[in-house]
This record gives sequence, structure tokens and C-alpha cells, in this order.
Amino acid sequence: MRLGLVLGEAGNGLRRNVSMVISVILVTFISLTFVGAAILLQFQITQMKGYWYDRAQVAVFLCSSTDNTANCDGVEATQDQIDQVQAALETEPLAPFIKKVAFETHDQAYRNYQDQFGDSAGADFVTPDLLPQSFRVNLVDPQQAAVLTESLSGLAGVESVVDQKQYLDQIFAVLNTASITAVGLAALMLIAAVLLIATTIRLSAFSRRKELGIMRLVGASNRFIQTPFILEGVFAALIGSLLAGGAIVAIVQIFVQGFLGDSLNGAGTLVGLNDALVVVPILVVIGGVLAAASAGFAINRYLKV
Amino acid sequence: MIRFDSVSKYYSGNTRPALNSVSLEVLKGEFVFLVGASGSGKSSFLRLVLKEEKPTKGAIHVLGQDLARMSNRKVPYFRRNLGVVFQDFRLLPQKTVFDNVAFTLQVIGKSKGFIQEAVPDVLKMVGLAGKSGRLPHELSGGEQQRVAIARAIVNKPAVLLADEPTGNLDPATSAGIMTLLERINLNGTTVIMATHDAGIVDQMQRRVIELTSGQIIRDERRGGYQTQAIPVQGFGLAGGASV
Repeated sequence: MRLGLVLGEAGNGLRRNVSMVISVILVTFISLTFVGAAILLQFQITQMKGYWYDRAQVAVFLCSSTDNTANCDGVEATQDQIDQVQAALETEPLAPFIKKVAFETHDQAYRNYQDQFGDSAGADFVTPDLLPQSFRVNLVDPQQAAVLTESLSGLAGVESVVDQKQYLDQIFAVLNTASITAVGLAALMLIAAVLLIATTIRLSAFSRRKELGIMRLVGASNRFIQTPFILEGVFAALIGSLLAGGAIVAIVQIFVQGFLGDSLNGAGTLVGLNDALVVVPILVVIGGVLAAASAGFAINRYLKV
Repeated sequence: MIRFDSVSKYYSGNTRPALNSVSLEVLKGEFVFLVGASGSGKSSFLRLVLKEEKPTKGAIHVLGQDLARMSNRKVPYFRRNLGVVFQDFRLLPQKTVFDNVAFTLQVIGKSKGFIQEAVPDVLKMVGLAGKSGRLPHELSGGEQQRVAIARAIVNKPAVLLADEPTGNLDPATSAGIMTLLERINLNGTTVIMATHDAGIVDQMQRRVIELTSGQIIRDERRGGYQTQAIPVQGFGLAGGASV
């Protein structure tokens, strides 16, 4: 009986305020889509870090005959110098940091180069002796590349020490900025959504102020008066957040897995449907709680005794 | 039933009190007229009884409860024991007579069965048995006020507060309303009615409390709109002044 009445009142409010309700739905939809996108980007960053940091190496490039930089002077690194670097990598104090060391000769470097850039213009001019020999080092903890850089850069025959992670870090910085931007936009939109919900509920309460007055006069409990309005706000916000959830799933399915997945040859590092399905309930909860809070706050004014 | 102990009420921004150290007691089953010019404090008195306002000073007891100590959460439950009628009826225009009365019971959570039984009963009592399906604008002013009274008493309140219930009605219709209020009073409900209608007060010969500038200047057991006795120009409880 009472439940039916409360739901009926909420339904009436929704019907009377259709245009405002639609705008609440749209604003929560857009803002929560941004929230969802931000969360997905963070998932993406974590996933990529896990995948690529394992593969990121520190390359110790040795001098080649065509190299005039730093300690090289256009002289190929001698076998002695190579052995020295190798020894440094395999003994204390560096050894504990290192997981694996591989040596890359001119020929191997040339083959890798041809694999990766063989199609590009100018690749024909590259000869094996132009590509330096190098040690490819996998670290136990990818964050500690600085240790290698410091202790090896000065050795004779070493051209440079390059931490590949720094290239990745740039990508991650871009993704991070994108996700922060998304969070910022989401926050702004959420503020708009909250204010809009509060205004809508106030409008709805104003159009029903006669009934509210009588309800208070005859002793309807505050909860009874409040609930229809809160339900009204929550209902609109829930539709918005479900739409946002749908949009997130669609983005992952069609854009990330479909478009990006195809163009990146189905790299296993992209967020998948599982991640999207984790995001959806988060959005629904955020939408529901925010709507309930702002509607409750808005209606409180009408409950003063 | 209702007791005021030196109650003063100041509204913010106004140095003159709406009620100035008012003390009185209304007993169970009494019929009380509150008379006095506009702005003399009649409506403030009724609002204080309803706990729509808090007194600035003094203590108010209604139905054995100290209103100052009542938590906001309990106010709605307290109000279920009071019925209120206004000059402007305050009916819901889009609801039928039946639904207007039933609304009161619905919002305090009464069962459908109870409503189906109680509403026709009370409509019959106020003389609107055949008009339960009408909308308020299809009724005369007197009939609308009867609906409002039906709504106020359907929950069998101990006290009925009426703020100029005949203010918008012609004398004949007013008389009908008064007969109805009298009948309600005879059933044991305490009735407090604020009014300007001298004819009604003179005719009914009930307890009359007269307010001027927030002070009780007369409290007669069986009085008229204007007193035949010498008015007591005292402060505070003037209950001793009787015919």
C-alpha cells in the first residue's frame, strides 16, 4: 500500500518534469562516461606497464668505427673493452640488479633492424657496421636503470647506456594526462549533474508544495515525504549511469578491441570487456549515490518542521 | 490538554511580540473561540500549538507532551493527533472529495481497508455522502470547507484547530459549518477556533479568549464577541474574568 503510493508519487513527479528528467539523464550519462573512460585509461596504463616493463631493456651500446661521440673517437670497441663491460655486468655490485644479459652483434642488430624498418625509405643504405654492438640487459626491477647508466657510461668502449623505459614513460605520461583530463572533465560534469538533480527535485517539490504542506499538516513522516523525491532523482541518474555503462562497453568493444585491436595486431595489452564490466557497476553506484545525496539535500528544505 | 505557561513569541526583525507572556489552559472537550483583531496573535497561537513555530520564551504542553522537548522526528506523529482547518480550505484541486480525505490516511500509512471504511463514514457525518466523486471546484465554498473538516477529523484527532473556518462563507453556510463543529465537539474533540465572526460567537455562548497585541485581555466561560463584563486589563493569565 505505502510502497505503491510512494512509487506512484515518484512516477507522477517524473512525468510532470519530463524535460528536466531528460536533461538529468543526459548530464549524468555524459559525466559518468568520462568517469568510466578515466577509470579505463588507468586500467590500460596499469596493464601496459605490467606488460612492457617486463620487456623493456637497458641497452649498453658499444663504440663502432663510425661513431665519434663521447668516449668513442671513431674506434671500434676492442674485445678487451667488451669483456670488461661483460665482467662489470656479471659481478658485484651490478649483478644483483640484473635478470638477464644478452650480447647483440653487428649482424644481429642489422637483422633486427631489417625486420623492423626494412620497408622504410633509406633502409637500404644501412649496413651492419653502422649499427653498434650492444649488451641487452633485463633488470630485476625496471625502475633501477640509473644504476647501470651511472656505472657503465664512463667505461672505455661504451658509447651510451639507453633505458628503453624512458620511451615507454613518455607514452604513459600521455595516457596519464589523458586520464587526468578525463577525470577533470568528469568532475566538472558531475558537479553540473548534482546541481541539476538538486534543481530538478526542487522544481518538482515546488510544483507539489500544496500536497507537501498538507502532508506535513496531517503528520506524514519525513521519510514518507522525502522518499518519492529521492527515488525520482535516483531513477533518472540510474538511467544515465546505465547509458554511460553501455557507452563504456561499446567503446571497449568497438573502438579498443575492434579498431585499435585490429590496427595493433590484437596486442594483448589492451583493456578488454572484463575491464569494462568492472567499470559499469562503479558508474551505477556513483550515479545512484550522488543522485540520492543531492536529491535528499534539495528536499530537506521542505521538511523543516 | 493544551497548556501555555508565560509563552512569548517574537518573530525576527520585529520588536513587538506576536504573543506576550500568554498563559492559559484548554481542557479536554472544550469549545474555545479565539477572538481579536488581525495581528493580535490568534494565528501565532495556533501555529505554536501545531509546533510549526517555536516559542521564544515559555513552555507549551499539548496532549501531555512538552513541545520544546519533542524531537523533529516525532513532530509528524504528534500532528496526527491534531486536525486543522483553514479559511482557504487547502484542498488538492486534482483529487476528488474521497481522495482528498483518503490522502490524509494514505500518507500516515493506514490500510486500504481502513480507508474504504473510514472515508465514507466521515463524509456522511459532514453531510457529503453523495458527493465523494466530485472535484473541489465543482463544490460550493461551504461544501469545500466540509471536505476540509472531514479531512481534519477522519483520523479522529483529540484536538481540532480551526483558523477562521467561516471567513469565506455566507452566514447561512457558516451556521451549517458551526453546527458541524459543535457536533464534532460533542463527540469529545476539543475545538479551538479563531474567528472574526461576532454573530457566531454571540450565538454559541462558549468560552471566549480575546487577544490584543499578543496579550490575553479576556477569558470568559460563556462569552460573546464583545464582553458584557468589565474587561480585565491584566497581564498574563486573565482566566478569572468571567460573567
